[in-house]
Amino acid sequence: MLLLPILLIPLITAILAYFSGKNAKYMALGGSLLNLAYVLFMLYTYNTTGQETFTFSMPWLPHLGVSFSLMMDGISLMLTILSSIVMPMVIYASWNRDYEDRHVLYALMMLMDAAMAGSFIAADGFLFYLFWEIALIPIYFICLKWGGEGRQRITLKFFLYTMMGSFFMLFAFIYLYQHTPDKTFALQSLYEAGRSLPVMEQGLVMAGIFLAFAIKMPIFPFHTWQPETYYIAPTPGAMLLSGIMLKMATYGIIRWLIPVVPLGLKEYGIWLIGLSVVSILYASFISIVQKDYKRLIAFASIAHVGLISAGLLSANMRGIQGGLVEMLSHGINSVGLFFVYDIIVSRTGTAEMDKLGGIRSIDPRLGFMFLIIVLGVVALPFTNGFVGEFLLILGLFEYNQVLGAFAALSIILGVVYMFRSFQKMMLGEVKDEALNYKKQTNQETMLLLLVCVLIIGFGVYPKPILAISEKSVMELLEGIAQ
Amino acid sequence: MEVIIKIAAFAPLVTFVTIMAGYKWMSKTLTAWVACSSVFVSFVCSATVFYDQVVNPQQVVVMVYHWISSGTFQSEFSFLIDRLSATYMLFITGVAFLIHLFSVGYMWEDDGFRRFFSYLNMFTFLMLVLIMADSLLITFIGWEGVGFASFMLISFWHQDMKNNDAAKKAFVMNRIGDFGYLMAMCLLFYHLGSLSYSQLFYGEKLTALQALPVGVLSLIAGCLFLGSVGKSAQIPLFTWLPDAMAAPTPVSALIHAATMVTAGVYLVARTSALFEMTPDISMLVTIIGTSTAILGAAIGLLQTDIKKVLAYSTVSQLGLMFMALGLGAYTAAIFHVVTHAFFKALLFLGSGSVIHAMSGEQDIRRMGGLRKHLPITYKTFLIGTLAISGIPPLAGFFSKDQILASAMETAPVFFVLGLGVSLMTAFYMFRLLFLTFFGEFRGTEEQKHHLHESPATMTIPLIILAIMSIVGGWIGIPHGVAHAVGIHKSFDTFMEPVLGKFEMHASLGMELLIMGITTLLILGSIYYAYVLFVKNRVRPVKDTEELTGLSSAIAGKFYIDEIYRKYIVQANDKFAGLLENTIERLVDGTVNAAGTVVSSVSGQLRKVQTGQLEHYVVGFVLAVIVMIALLI
Repeated sequence: MLLLPILLIPLITAILAYFSGKNAKYMALGGSLLNLAYVLFMLYTYNTTGQETFTFSMPWLPHLGVSFSLMMDGISLMLTILSSIVMPMVIYASWNRDYEDRHVLYALMMLMDAAMAGSFIAADGFLFYLFWEIALIPIYFICLKWGGEGRQRITLKFFLYTMMGSFFMLFAFIYLYQHTPDKTFALQSLYEAGRSLPVMEQGLVMAGIFLAFAIKMPIFPFHTWQPETYYIAPTPGAMLLSGIMLKMATYGIIRWLIPVVPLGLKEYGIWLIGLSVVSILYASFISIVQKDYKRLIAFASIAHVGLISAGLLSANMRGIQGGLVEMLSHGINSVGLFFVYDIIVSRTGTAEMDKLGGIRSIDPRLGFMFLIIVLGVVALPFTNGFVGEFLLILGLFEYNQVLGAFAALSIILGVVYMFRSFQKMMLGEVKDEALNYKKQTNQETMLLLLVCVLIIGFGVYPKPILAISEKSVMELLEGIAQ
Repeated sequence: MEVIIKIAAFAPLVTFVTIMAGYKWMSKTLTAWVACSSVFVSFVCSATVFYDQVVNPQQVVVMVYHWISSGTFQSEFSFLIDRLSATYMLFITGVAFLIHLFSVGYMWEDDGFRRFFSYLNMFTFLMLVLIMADSLLITFIGWEGVGFASFMLISFWHQDMKNNDAAKKAFVMNRIGDFGYLMAMCLLFYHLGSLSYSQLFYGEKLTALQALPVGVLSLIAGCLFLGSVGKSAQIPLFTWLPDAMAAPTPVSALIHAATMVTAGVYLVARTSALFEMTPDISMLVTIIGTSTAILGAAIGLLQTDIKKVLAYSTVSQLGLMFMALGLGAYTAAIFHVVTHAFFKALLFLGSGSVIHAMSGEQDIRRMGGLRKHLPITYKTFLIGTLAISGIPPLAGFFSKDQILASAMETAPVFFVLGLGVSLMTAFYMFRLLFLTFFGEFRGTEEQKHHLHESPATMTIPLIILAIMSIVGGWIGIPHGVAHAVGIHKSFDTFMEPVLGKFEMHASLGMELLIMGITTLLILGSIYYAYVLFVKNRVRPVKDTEELTGLSSAIAGKFYIDEIYRKYIVQANDKFAGLLENTIERLVDGTVNAAGTVVSSVSGQLRKVQTGQLEHYVVGFVLAVIVMIALLI
């Protein structure tokens, strides 16, 4: 029963926000903060009860073998914490911006939150697929209604592309379902079914599931919807997409791929990891020549997610724990990066880096805070980014030294493109576009400050974060070792 | 003792945070007091720690807290105090304090006074973490941290894009080195399951380390050395250091001469057990070090910017230290790190005093005759110049002599090359001295009018550093001589518990002979500089004049920057652009083509797509209802 509020709080907030008109933002923020409080309470309960897994199950579509089962272990808890931290930040980021029909916007955001949270705690394959698809719908409308130029073509592409990818996952799940002993979609049954398959078939199932995740994260060469979609998406939409939504896929790797097809992964996983590493380097290189800051962070996100994917698929302690920490860091840092974009564009109307310059001279606070976010992104030690990336590289290195070394090259390329964007926009002489630049408001400072505190805080003291998932990851690894 | 060790490390952090927090209301005077006092506290604590190590040479491990843990990977934030780290602590905090003091005068007029001191404090803290850490991972915090501090201080005057480019170049080149460092950590953890110095090099894992195949050990040592190459500006990653002179001069003295750039030397010395087992990599260290020493000294011969001369000199001196490290003379390298910290900090601060007096002018072609106007600066600068040239009995003489003597013992060819570097060093340093302080004043009337000796907060550090540049070398009197006069303790024996026994077999006569010859040759080199620049009044050519042959190559810094820019930076950009224009387009085009086919088949979709939001919502709800109904 403890798990239901995680779905219900955002859902009810969505409905209330829709009907509260002008006050929708207070409703949404209140609801998301309540959700955060509840998740922290869950965390407290989890730690005090000896890290017992929470479960909830009730029959739903028995003749199809589908039940409404939820479960939350340390891994799910990490993701729930991520979405419950990011959500109020996204809402607060849009606090003083003019959006038409705000009540609809907030209702859709909260709806999406509910669906994403559901995907993080679903313990039934069909339910996971359902949440996965439902989450797509609100963000589609958010991008379509509040997006920038060319939104119709781009959102349609985004929608169809990811939808198509998830069909492959559905096919794979149905195939597994046919092999389950009790003909259900229950998590454990799917695990059993997957593990009983011969290696070759496990490989095929893995390919189907991974395709859905590869499009969602995205990794090369399935990424072309992403830079465009981020580019036209309104800031809250971009934050949701990169801050939380893509973690459905990386979480999926841990929950719905590694334990399902351990043999297939062992046999063919190197190809997926290799592709992820290619994706890291490819996206890093492309980031270097981006002229628009928003496109740059879109490609930078691909690079970081590639590393998460590669580390997770290494299927060892460091890789998975590093991936979990990096998901949290990436979520927080994405909010920061997109918020900086939003602040700059709201003043100057452009994010073309060549046109900007010298903003730090006018607004030193923004310069300073943006710098800290950049440090988090380039994974300087004592920032949140380092903890995740170091463990990921270490995990990948334990799996395969050569791939580990190639992935680690991203720490050099990351500095090249991130510092380039920082310097072009923040330093140098004040360019025309920034002449009438207004300093950031207190509301903006508050949010950026929170991001900075989280970046440094998790970087200096990551131990409690790592402790959340340690036991569950260990159990998962024991499970696939058998 | 544990508390003192912690205070030594964290005092500058506390004041860094204080200054950041009190940015708005703290006055300049208060900021200066706060910033300097914490470093002084840290210095006093370091001195206590050092004294404790003198009396009681035991490794002390101080656990601060548990940082990262993931399964078998456990990393504690803890300090390892032994004679090596205590020595580094002492000279780092000492020099840092003097430079803080100097900066009060130097930066007083600058708008970013508070910002500057907060960065300096941050740097001091991170530098201490770097050398006090008990594991490679914790050292890495300081290692990347000081690189970041250096980035912030190079781009301190960030309105000028040139400074920003220099800062980014420094950070990227450092990161290339850090990539090696990271790989070394991965390898060590992979093979031995630990990153702690006290376990790996002095404790229970040492036998396991020694049991690793030489190939793996060489890979680890090579990766670590790549880290050192980046941080300590060696070939091929040295070009960032001269550009880093865009930072305010006290920063050049502290970070880019005395402390941060010697971190690479520290790393190799700290992991010397590893390098001892990998003769090939040690040879590589020597060759890279010697080449860098020669290259840096050669470029230094023709530089006309007072700070650039000193920068290339630093590159060259660091090269000498690596030469010594590769030859197994770890104590000699550390000894030179310490003396170099004194005289190079002195020289940089002296140049700062000159630049301050010249209202920002850095070109020595527009200086001259400053001896009369800046008497204290001149005298201390002269001492620094004598010290770096290796004139007895100043500090540089002893450390350089030890490096050359150990080269003589192991591989005489490096003795000859090292001697060549020393001769060039003496020449370019005296060229700098003569052009700056002797002859006629060549600047503008306005500059001449403004010439003044610097205030006491600037001259006092100069005087103290000058004294240290004289006496600092007396701790390492050559063995033969020391034994002859009855001294049996020296820097070598002091370092023995950490760096191992340092064997010297040369007889007293041989030692004296080497010292005599090198000193005579150096004096000759100085005399040559004197004849050229004082007697014959040779002046460096103007930028417009054409140079020929070797001298044009030297003046052009062997075009290494240009080569890097063209074949690495631009090639990299071109490659990235190519990727975007070919593969990215191809992939996207394929997806779009597929999409077009699909959407033309289902033409109905287009109509829906252009409608109002309400239609969608209705459509969506209907779809969900139908879906669920179908399922049930």
